[in-house]
Amino acid sequence: MAHGPSENFFTRWFFSTNHKDIGTLYLWFSFAMFLLGGAFAMIIRAELFQPGMQLIKPEFFNQMTTMHGLVMVFGAIMPAFVGLANWLIPMMIGAPDMALPRMNNLSFWILPFAFAILVSTLFMEGGGPNFGWTFYAPLSTTYAPDTVNYFIFGVHLMGASSIMGSINIIATVMNMRAPGMTYMKMPLFVWTWLITAFLLVAVMPVLAGAVTMMLMDINFGTSFFDAAGGGDPVLFQHVFWFFGHPEVYIIILPAFGVVSQIIPTFSRKPLFGYSSMVYATAAIAFLSFIVWAHHMFTVGMPIAGELYFMYATMLIAVPTGVKVFNWITTMYKGSITYETPMLFCIAFVILFTFGGFTGMMLSIAAADTQYHDTYFVVAHFHYVMVAGAVFSGTAAIYYWLPKWCGRMYDETMGKVQFWLAFIAFNITFMPQHFLGLAGMPRRYSDYGLQFADWNMVSSIGAFMYGGAQLLFLFNVIRTIGWGKPVEDPKVWEGADGLEWTLPTPPPFHTFSTPPVLK
Amino acid sequence: MTDQGSYYVPEQSKLPLGAALGMGTMGFGAAMWVIDGQSATVFFVGLAILAIVMYKWWGIVIEENMNGMVSNQLKHSYVLGMLWFIFSEVMFFAAFFGALFYVRVLVNPWLGGEAAITLFDDTPTDASTANAELLYPGYEATWPPLVTPDQAANGESAKFVGPDQAMSFPGFSSWQRILAWLPLWNTIILLTSSYTVNIAHHAIKEGDRKTFTRWLGITVLLGIVFLFLQAEEYIEAYQHMGLTLDSGIYGTTFFLLTGFHGAHVTLGTIMLLVSFLRGLRGHFKDNDHFGFEAAAWYWHFVDVVWVGLFLIVYVFD
Ligand code: HEM
Ligand SMILES: [Cu+2]
Repeated sequence: MAHGPSENFFTRWFFSTNHKDIGTLYLWFSFAMFLLGGAFAMIIRAELFQPGMQLIKPEFFNQMTTMHGLVMVFGAIMPAFVGLANWLIPMMIGAPDMALPRMNNLSFWILPFAFAILVSTLFMEGGGPNFGWTFYAPLSTTYAPDTVNYFIFGVHLMGASSIMGSINIIATVMNMRAPGMTYMKMPLFVWTWLITAFLLVAVMPVLAGAVTMMLMDINFGTSFFDAAGGGDPVLFQHVFWFFGHPEVYIIILPAFGVVSQIIPTFSRKPLFGYSSMVYATAAIAFLSFIVWAHHMFTVGMPIAGELYFMYATMLIAVPTGVKVFNWITTMYKGSITYETPMLFCIAFVILFTFGGFTGMMLSIAAADTQYHDTYFVVAHFHYVMVAGAVFSGTAAIYYWLPKWCGRMYDETMGKVQFWLAFIAFNITFMPQHFLGLAGMPRRYSDYGLQFADWNMVSSIGAFMYGGAQLLFLFNVIRTIGWGKPVEDPKVWEGADGLEWTLPTPPPFHTFSTPPVLK
Repeated sequence: MTDQGSYYVPEQSKLPLGAALGMGTMGFGAAMWVIDGQSATVFFVGLAILAIVMYKWWGIVIEENMNGMVSNQLKHSYVLGMLWFIFSEVMFFAAFFGALFYVRVLVNPWLGGEAAITLFDDTPTDASTANAELLYPGYEATWPPLVTPDQAANGESAKFVGPDQAMSFPGFSSWQRILAWLPLWNTIILLTSSYTVNIAHHAIKEGDRKTFTRWLGITVLLGIVFLFLQAEEYIEAYQHMGLTLDSGIYGTTFFLLTGFHGAHVTLGTIMLLVSFLRGLRGHFKDNDHFGFEAAAWYWHFVDVVWVGLFLIVYVFD
């Protein structure tokens, strides 16, 4: 079996130790979860299309918002970037595979089990988790359905998968670089993933701690989150957000990496400010550990806490600004062409920056008293997570898929999908800013009549956005099966990096002997 | 795979899928079990699957090593893997230490009526103290809290009843009491065991297998004695001190911190025991003994956590 993949379908895909195949598994799993989480979102938006209760019951609505968030964050976005890491990191640093190939496959296969457990609760007595993706106690403890226990163990499994996956990535980057591939020569995607993996190893255990405390409170009489016993429900929020805020950077840092690979290619210029990009990434990661309570401004913190968390949060804008500056400067005076991946990246820069600005608004503690728990927050994080992480993930697929399978996607269809997604995204989420500022609370299944118009607009946008994803799926399948063959190792004229020195499509095993870098 | 260069990329393997199956079954089974308190079968089936797979998996890794397939570079991957795994464990404990810190330093005084100045009302005397007054009148913040807020407010009908006694340092009043204080012995035992495992480590580095197995054996015994004493302490707590999981936040943090530590000691002891058995079979060489070394690192980590626990949970409380 030294040269190619196993002939046997089952052996190849279930027992794999190959980073490319495991990367493919991650990506398909993530897309499946993306569709599932998307279906939940469609249900939410259909119910919110008009005021009043039309389609579903409020209890089910709560399960939908909760499951939508959980599935998208843990099932769609995170595995997507792990899939990209699997495919790309060994090829970018000149390694034969991931450092620990068997553990790599274990990290993946835990996920289908974890999500089967999580999603199965929807069909159980009492329904699925209904306490929001941030699962605040006591909603998730005292008042939770019994199925919360399945949720808890599901989260434990996802955590185990993430920790193993990250350890693998760290070991690969630290130990498997080809001779001459010094740290400061690594492509930015590798850098951002190294730092992301560090964040994951640091905070996934804290999440495990949070759900363990819940488990104990629910079943074994402890009082972590119960003031009657001397605990505090707010403790839950602190532990959760100590995980949760780094988590949002876990989601966005690899996206930064992708964009930093693609923009130089289509600008035909090297990335502006490489080392400042690396330092900015590290700075963001560091800051992400010390700002968590900006999610809790209204919970009643001491004033010193409010002020500290406010100013610390605002600091994040500095390294983030460095990045945005560098992307724009990379494009400046470049001979830019607008292929689909580039379009998604430019949209990323614009819309992510917009989301960053709303983040700055939210970071003002006094102002957040008004914004908190309204649709404004929902709009903020969808700008950074959808137009940020999902757009860059889509860009990455369009950009590297031709390399991986040796076939070109349909450019026109790609562009159509981009414009559809871009316009639909803004139709969906821009109005949510207005709704939030006007006072519409998040996570409610019904709303006052004054919010009716923008909600309808938002729902229409959401259905369009959903449709755009089906077009994407179609384009990807068409490419893999019937796309026009590409032979040029570089695929893109301006592409640079070790992965583009390999044949297209790359053989099953690459860099068995490490390449030598100048 | 001769054409794989120097780094060994293993063949396809059934083990990862098997391990995932075991873990998934355990997760599902654990939820079933805690919900009704009796359906434990699925959980144990999962555990059995996982145990068998892990046994095979490590067996294969050892075999690969014996067959010389493990290059220095791959060994370094294992080293990195272990170090980062330990780091993740540190962060797991950090969550519980953090919870203890938050509760002791902030929540407890607030519940006792000490003013927390908030952004939305900066007259500390009223709202925040009134809050405590209204919710749990009569609660006085002390640490360790022998009365829960619930108990202070509702007396007999309280859901959480504080312990009769805490696990605190008995003070320097009498030597007998200090000598009868188990945590002190446990500290001595664990610190000694870190030392003995170190002797074993030095011995194997010099190829002295006899000294290695002897001191490693002693370390394993010390680990077992520690666990035995901790069990003793728990029995004491439950039977004579009224200190249980439901005795409010003190019992909560006490049992969760020491309990997770104990679970890690158990794991560490098993790892050292396996190393001991492998040592008897002559698996380790002076320049090749990472299986043992990883266990030793883990043991030192568990030891450091204990020192933290000893100081924060027992001595300065
Ligand atoms: C300059 C950068 C950013 C700042 C200053 C910022 C600030 C904030 C603040 C203050 C909140 C809390 C709002 C509230 O609940 O009242 C918030 C919420 C949120 N942010 Fe950001 N943010 C930034 C970037 C990001 C990025 C890059 C992501 C993810 C990719 C992200 C994801 C989220 C999410 C998911 C929430 C809502 C969590 C929830 O309550 O469900 N943010 N942000
Ligand atoms: Cu945040």
